[in-house]
Amino acid sequence: MRARVFVTLKPSVFDPQGRTIADALHSLGYGDVGDVRQGKYFELDLVTTDPARAKTLAAEVADRVLANPVIESYRIEVD
Amino acid sequence: MLKFAVVVFPGSNCDGDAQWAASHVLGQSAELVWHKDTSLHGADVVVLPGGFAHGDYLRTGAMARFSPIMPAVKAFAGAGGPVIGICNGFQVLLEAGLLPGAMLRNRGLKYRCEHVYIRVERTDTPFTSAARQGQVLRIPIGHGEGNYYAPPGVLETLEAGGQVVFRYTDAEGVVTDEANPNGSVNGIAGICNAQRNVVGMMPHPERACEPLLGSTDGLVVLESVVQSLAEARHVP
Repeated sequence: MRARVFVTLKPSVFDPQGRTIADALHSLGYGDVGDVRQGKYFELDLVTTDPARAKTLAAEVADRVLANPVIESYRIEVD
Repeated sequence: MLKFAVVVFPGSNCDGDAQWAASHVLGQSAELVWHKDTSLHGADVVVLPGGFAHGDYLRTGAMARFSPIMPAVKAFAGAGGPVIGICNGFQVLLEAGLLPGAMLRNRGLKYRCEHVYIRVERTDTPFTSAARQGQVLRIPIGHGEGNYYAPPGVLETLEAGGQVVFRYTDAEGVVTDEANPNGSVNGIAGICNAQRNVVGMMPHPERACEPLLGSTDGLVVLESVVQSLAEARHVP
């Protein structure tokens, strides 16, 4: 199975990269783009064929390694 | 003579500077300890130096907490031993949970490498005991992710508990937004744990210990720990 882990800064944490990207888009004329938040994307190839097990494993890896819970949150998709 | 242990992670690059400052400048013993070691070899002081531990590819300092030496560092800190994390070493202490908070990218997104001014906020840590309250130090920084962040609640606890050890200021010791090189909350340049024996700071005192380097203001940080441990040993 494959797990996709999306790690982003928590909404309450200022994202200087996202802000810079938003400013760049505005200067390119994309006035309809509001704020931008950037983050990290991980694809985990997993040996298991059990979706529940895959999600549990991905969450453990995200909690322990991929994300810093002080500043980041994550979302997992499994297929 | 004190025994400093300078932990070397793959990618550390200020380990030699820290060792030099402790041994050559201060005349103490300073040993480099490889991160795969599991013993600090009876050290009196532990330094987590600057650099890019394990490459900083995931997050700064994120992988170093899994290094085999870290249980020994945590045990040493838990027993009250003085530990200082400088720059990347500070980031490692944060990721390892030995200090609260986290680092974000610098506000301006640029790697900042320059001398800055920091003010000593507290002299009741082993790394500032020889300094004056409010003393302004001119010390270099070199980092891209030094924008200190602590969640609401944690920040209040840090401030209320006197755990902010250094703040970025101008040359007169005034906290201003212009003097803050990275956007750190409340201008925080260094903090300590609640027990006050673990200190993390982004500026590099070991790079400011000899006139040839343009400043000797960093000396007081290392001299403090030498003095405080010497005094502790003379207490009956």
